[in-house]
Amino acid sequence: MNWPILSAVTYLPLAGAAIIFFFVRGDSEAVKQNIRIVSLGVTVLTFLVSLLIWWNFDATNPGFQFVEEASWTGTFMTYRMGVDGISMLFVILSTFLMPFCILASWRVIGTRLKEYMVAFLVLETLMIGVFTALDLILFYVFFEAGLIPMFLIIGIWGGPRRVYAAFKFFLYTLLGSVLMLLAMMAMYWDAGTTSIPVLLTHQFPASMQTWLWLAFLASFAVKLPMWPVHTWLPDAHVEAPTAGSVVLAAILLKMGGYGFLRFSLPMFPLASNELAPLIYALSIVAIIYTSLVALMQEDVKKLIAYSSVAHMGFVTMGIFTLTAQGVQGGIFQMLSHGIVSGALFLCVGVIYDRMHTREIDAYGGLVNRMPWYAFAFMVFTMANVGLPGTSGFVGEFLTLIGAFQANTWVAVLATTGVILSACYALWLYRRVIFGKLEKASLAGILDLSLREKVILVPLIALTILFGVYPRPIMDVTAVSVDNLIHNYKTAVADDAAATLAKR
Amino acid sequence: MSADLPALATILPELILAVGALVLLMIGAYAGERSTPAVNVLAVLVLAAAAVAAAFGGGEGTAFGGAFVVDTFARFMKVVAMIASAVAILLAWRFARAERFDRFEFPVLVLLATLGMLVMISANDLITLYLGLEMNSLASYVVAAIHRDNARSSEAGLKYFVLGALSSGMLLYGASLVYGFTGHTGFEPIAAALANGRSIGLVVGLVFVLAGLAFKISAVPFHMWTPDVYEGAPTPVTAFFASAPKLAAMALIIRVVIDAFEPIAPDWQQIIAFIAIASMALGAFAAIGQSNIKRLMAYSSIGHMGFALVGLAAGTEQGVQGVIVYIVIYMVMTLGAFAAILAMRRGGTMVEDISSLAGLARTKPAMAFLLGTILFSLAGIPPLAGFFAKYYVFLAAVQSGLYLLAVIGVVTSVIGAYYYLRIVKVMYFDGPAEGFESLPPELGTVLGVSGALMIAFVVLAGPLVDAAGAAAHSLF
Repeated sequence: MNWPILSAVTYLPLAGAAIIFFFVRGDSEAVKQNIRIVSLGVTVLTFLVSLLIWWNFDATNPGFQFVEEASWTGTFMTYRMGVDGISMLFVILSTFLMPFCILASWRVIGTRLKEYMVAFLVLETLMIGVFTALDLILFYVFFEAGLIPMFLIIGIWGGPRRVYAAFKFFLYTLLGSVLMLLAMMAMYWDAGTTSIPVLLTHQFPASMQTWLWLAFLASFAVKLPMWPVHTWLPDAHVEAPTAGSVVLAAILLKMGGYGFLRFSLPMFPLASNELAPLIYALSIVAIIYTSLVALMQEDVKKLIAYSSVAHMGFVTMGIFTLTAQGVQGGIFQMLSHGIVSGALFLCVGVIYDRMHTREIDAYGGLVNRMPWYAFAFMVFTMANVGLPGTSGFVGEFLTLIGAFQANTWVAVLATTGVILSACYALWLYRRVIFGKLEKASLAGILDLSLREKVILVPLIALTILFGVYPRPIMDVTAVSVDNLIHNYKTAVADDAAATLAKR
Repeated sequence: MSADLPALATILPELILAVGALVLLMIGAYAGERSTPAVNVLAVLVLAAAAVAAAFGGGEGTAFGGAFVVDTFARFMKVVAMIASAVAILLAWRFARAERFDRFEFPVLVLLATLGMLVMISANDLITLYLGLEMNSLASYVVAAIHRDNARSSEAGLKYFVLGALSSGMLLYGASLVYGFTGHTGFEPIAAALANGRSIGLVVGLVFVLAGLAFKISAVPFHMWTPDVYEGAPTPVTAFFASAPKLAAMALIIRVVIDAFEPIAPDWQQIIAFIAIASMALGAFAAIGQSNIKRLMAYSSIGHMGFALVGLAAGTEQGVQGVIVYIVIYMVMTLGAFAAILAMRRGGTMVEDISSLAGLARTKPAMAFLLGTILFSLAGIPPLAGFFAKYYVFLAAVQSGLYLLAVIGVVTSVIGAYYYLRIVKVMYFDGPAEGFESLPPELGTVLGVSGALMIAFVVLAGPLVDAAGAAAHSLF
């Protein structure tokens, strides 16, 4: 590859946004249709180009590939892009889901369509940038800048409590991130560079590692989110428009998990080793507590939001088991959750668009009128539960194997989460889909339209495909994860030897 | 006296401004009010000529026996200050005519205030420092009250004058103490005298000097005048106060502490750190409850001065570079924001309530977008310029190990983000209110350039950061 493919994928959506922003004028139906078509075309094109990354990706290389470098703002930072086995699939996930988000907003967004599409395309650029940036500050810029479009998306096109949700989302995330920014500055002064590949080989002093690790935790724990800083998520999810919820659940949450894998684990191995029990504790609380909370929800979106927090608990637990299975499982769980939770929010969007309510009690017996919908919703519910044969199973199983090696009690407690997830997910399914169709308001409800089928069928296919054949994903991540675990073990062993030698 | 002749090249920008101001005053005095448009245009041209002289005129060195110094730092700050003054004249013109205070004295006074700023920036002696400061202040007091038929404007001018005189008194008292304990008024001799240790009396003098200077940048606890003066003075005057004089006073503080009091850095670092923390905190909390946008901008400026001082508290070249980058970016943001505020006119009068911006994204999408960009930038959200401003000052603070200061700083920046977001919320989330009058071209230009620079900074940062680095380097 002798052209900057990563920059191309990253900035294609931005170019699309610029085209819509500067060149599309007017408010007529034809203009709106043009905006939709341009947005869809740009996101599809971005996805196709991003597939080239996967196509040319060398899965046997543990280092960074497609690296680009250019000078940027003087001496303090450099423009540096690259992907490895850990980040590459997140890029694909982002580009893959965006066309569905655009399609899901096709008819629903009537007002201020232009701003809406511009915000989404800008958001896509920023999301991809987070996963491709190989410079601390560049990463931070992408990571934080995403707040602006998401703030607007929730605040302008959201539900009744959108203003509260938008502010909470923005300020919570910002507060976590600024502490990470200070940690990045401290890293710069210690290592003399902001280049991520160099920092990965840099040994930070053990006393400093703990502080840096905690500062990064402040940011990623909010973003992921982990208990007890998850409370922004249900609000943001409930109030955001459907596509906003999809992006939030499927991609923005993954930035936290990705951050742990990119920074906390490899750069601060000693602190990770020392503080892993803290993560276990928080993960277990997240898995059990938020599952119980999910059981009590009356709002479909809120239920799925709490279930997301529980599933992210598996991710953090898996990552900090610091075993190959646990980390691989964590990555797989994130990718699978990206597809499944995105699809679940799209499913909620389908009935919300028809009935304009998210109350579980407002539904019931939908299977009688909407067999297609009932089938799609079932597949994703099962995947959310972690039924073998769906992608949800692979990730949870691997993280539990990892946890079992690290600490049996953690694995035991986390497994109760699997049972609880079956409780709330199946109960939700029963209340919404099964039973008699008694409510008069539902009597005329229509099954999936062609557009909705186009959205949901590929997601169903992938959920099942990766459930029975996870190899394509495992192959990509294996070498990088092994390398990560190897470096981690070496660093911890070296430190132990050094401590021993001092005695 | 032939030895002093080269000094004329050194003070060329100041000469241009002084002569220009006097000539324009004559034109105004003899031609009367009808000359106002011409005087406005000429004042901008004089500023441009002086800026060119400062940028390309060469002539670095000292003049008047070392009391006046021109180095890269001085030249950089002078050029930026003059650009800000020129923009302030530009912003004022249409507003002054609509509010009927379009007197030729306004541009002349701005020129004289700017002359004071240039002297402040180049001051290398306590006497020069005071001369420059007073020249700037006296012109500013009059400018604040320029709308003399308006009670609020007169009140603002009077308040500014009384409190300003108080601060000048403190500054002079401090300067006399410093002179008494070191025997010098020049910055280098003071530093040399302090190399062998300092007495407690000198620290008292230092505190008084810094108090007087903190007043000029409206840092806590010497900020009380700011909200009242910002709210009471005519809006373009507020725009002027918020930009160029802040920059000049900040340059003066930098030079005083770095050049004169360098040997006793630990003493002034604590003071600056305290002022920074207090300003950031007050700016963040006090602005939350404001409903008048000019008052909100006053608290915002207090907070921003606190952030800039974080870099100075570090006391390193890195930190000074951060302060310079910060203050320049802040100036561009402020002028852009005030251009938008000046465009808030309905039915021939100015509206200042934040709630009157409701639904601006529907009625005036371009203005809302640009103002929104500036507000996000003021809040310090990447990839906008305001983020990089904060980045450089905090980078310096972290380098110097001022972790507590840095943590307090970033936390207050999050609190401060709330009130900027509140304005964005009003513009974007709320239903449209009655639209504003159409945007005049000069306001649109300033707003557009400011907003575009906020976005483009991420790509174009190199030159400014490098220039600021060179300017900071010349001080060390």
